[in-house]
Amino acid sequence: MRILKLMFKNTLRHKLRTFLTIFGIGVAVMAFGFLRTVVTAWYSGVEASAANRLITRNSVSFIFPLPLAYKDKIAKLPGVETVSYMNWFGGVYIDKSQFFARMAVDPETALEVYPEFIVAPDQLAAFKNERNSCIIGADLAKQYNFKLGDVIPIEGDIYPGKWEFVVRAIYQPRDKMVDGTQMWFHWAYLDERMRQEMPGRAGNVGWYIIRIKDPKDAAQISEEVDKLFQNSRAETKTETEAAFQQGFVAGTGLIISLLNFMAFVIIGIIMLILGNTMIMSARERTKEYAVLKTIGFSGSHLTKLIAGESIIISLLGGGLGIALTYPIVGLFSLVVPKSWFPIFYVEPMTLILAGSSALLVGIVASLFPIQRSLRTSIVDGLRFVG
Amino acid sequence: MKIPLKYTLRNFQSRRLTTGITVIGIAMVVFVFTAVLMLAAGIRKTLVATGSTENVIVARKAANGEISSIIMNDTYNIIMSIPQVAKTADNRPMATGDVVVIINLTKIGTSGGISNVTVRGVSQPAFQLRPHVKVVEGRMFTWGAREVIVGSSIFRRFEGAQVGSTIKFAGDAWTVVGKYEAGGTGFDSEIWGDVTQLQDAFNRPGSFSTVTFRMASSDQLDAINKSFAGDNRLQQFEAKTERRFFEEQSEFMSIFISALGIFITVFFSVGAVIGAMITMYAAVANRTVEIGTLRALGFRRRSVLAAFMTESIIISLVGAAVGLFLASFLQFLKVSTLNFGSFSELEFSFTLTPETITSALIFAVLMGLVGGFLPAVRAARLNIVNALRSA
Repeated sequence: MRILKLMFKNTLRHKLRTFLTIFGIGVAVMAFGFLRTVVTAWYSGVEASAANRLITRNSVSFIFPLPLAYKDKIAKLPGVETVSYMNWFGGVYIDKSQFFARMAVDPETALEVYPEFIVAPDQLAAFKNERNSCIIGADLAKQYNFKLGDVIPIEGDIYPGKWEFVVRAIYQPRDKMVDGTQMWFHWAYLDERMRQEMPGRAGNVGWYIIRIKDPKDAAQISEEVDKLFQNSRAETKTETEAAFQQGFVAGTGLIISLLNFMAFVIIGIIMLILGNTMIMSARERTKEYAVLKTIGFSGSHLTKLIAGESIIISLLGGGLGIALTYPIVGLFSLVVPKSWFPIFYVEPMTLILAGSSALLVGIVASLFPIQRSLRTSIVDGLRFVG
Repeated sequence: MKIPLKYTLRNFQSRRLTTGITVIGIAMVVFVFTAVLMLAAGIRKTLVATGSTENVIVARKAANGEISSIIMNDTYNIIMSIPQVAKTADNRPMATGDVVVIINLTKIGTSGGISNVTVRGVSQPAFQLRPHVKVVEGRMFTWGAREVIVGSSIFRRFEGAQVGSTIKFAGDAWTVVGKYEAGGTGFDSEIWGDVTQLQDAFNRPGSFSTVTFRMASSDQLDAINKSFAGDNRLQQFEAKTERRFFEEQSEFMSIFISALGIFITVFFSVGAVIGAMITMYAAVANRTVEIGTLRALGFRRRSVLAAFMTESIIISLVGAAVGLFLASFLQFLKVSTLNFGSFSELEFSFTLTPETITSALIFAVLMGLVGGFLPAVRAARLNIVNALRSA
């Protein structure tokens, strides 16, 4: 245990340098934690997907609709529990920078397929009963200070014209994996207006959400659905919700690679800071190590001494970084509109990765000074002048 | 009197490893900083080059991009009656109503990876409006046929997008009859066909996404905007120069990438600054006797301060040079990403602008200044007698 005491004493010999090193590592680990959090936020749609949900969309691309008539045909397939449908509404609230997801849904089935959106029964009934009502997420309500009974005016783009929706229900996300910034309204309300203004676009559905009994049947049911509409004018592509979300994320793979590359660079920077400090310290103590060797301490003692000091510093830095990650992630989600990254929190895995990379860096950074001090002969060491 | 620069340079030699590590640290930060700015500049440059300042594009005011804009045929005719619309040789408006949709194609080389590709239906004047679009392989599509030509970056990256093959969408097989180049602009990442064919296939008769026309003479945008404001039937629409329109499509991505990148490189730089600080403190501590000697010889405190600051700035400039040198190779790289402005794939290259180089150098010098200042102050404030005695 005495060696442990010596390690600690050694870290305190250059208090300023040790402090700077710990602080530097801390900042870098925090940056690492922050980056990882952004990456996980990017994939949140995939992570939040339920295994028993399938998405059926037009096979040409997601911007093309499907006929409403497909609903009953899909519902008849064995293994299918509920079929719901949605349209992406788009539009502009106040101005183009105020983005949140707006969807036309089937009020009867939407909450059956998305049980993670929790709504009080009386609010749900109020929502179902009123044709131009909408249901919004708790986070969205907080962001714009919407209350029950408020009217949300929206200027349509895909569905041109002025639209108004009355807030009749506010849903609570079941956990922090669930997006609390969506707005849903009656599909029938949208369809009614399309029938009057653009008859060619009435009866169109953006995509179907299919809840199946057993997630194991996902592949087979997907195939069966697509087979139903093969060679029709609107062929379908059915996949699990996770695969559907993954498709959106895959397009921005470049940004993910950029973020991952940055995370890699950060580890390199931590390594340089700590390595620099350890090399300097070992160099200054060359004489001391020679004395230790002279009085009979073995190479393994020196190894433990140097590696131990390096690991102590790196772990302190790592701890500081992890502690700093929370406030910086908090700050970021305050600054950035909630609807950009609806799901933004520090995953436990991020902390494990940050901690273990700090430890790894601590070990690697001590390798060079250890090798140098072991190789220096006692005579050279005693003769060394800084 | 100033301490000779040679003294500073010689010092690097005596502590090569530590100096080298510090240089690498700063080079890494500068590399990432530059790469991020180059990426943002690349997206912007590609989309700015896409649009011309002589053309005006009309889209629905509320629309975020071309795909969510709808212009019906009667509105198209109203726009064509505006006097500022230039005429072709045969006295027809030099304008194109484009239909813009997204289709999914499979990427070459990824097992089943699909991506969004923009398909644009154009009418004949489109090629006069956008003269940089030129068919370089195969032939132009025939008007009135289910034929398309593909942009050079689509040609390279997607299955079935080669001359002679067919792409299946909207219940039809479309023959790829040619490949066009659009001078590294956003149009290179598109597929073009006859607008009437696409309207028919996608069941959108009589509706366009956007309308683009040439101004009769440049700088008539104000007059056009006035006509729009004065016509009740055009209230929901907005006219912009084509350049401005496509530039706006790059805004979200380039701001997002720059903001995130700068946020993160600032953290990085704290690490690098601390690295520089540690190095410089060690340099001062190791040279205490030397500094005492210099002071005894008659060099002033501010000369010592200047010498150590110079040392730190040289380290950071060398780091910046290494970082910029490595980053400049990224210019040979072509990358593509989903652009949130258009919701489809856009290919572009990293672009190194003079502004990026300047900001990287300023950034590096700042790191050097901040990292070197405290240690240099410590060196300058050393007491001569104590310093000489310290060995």
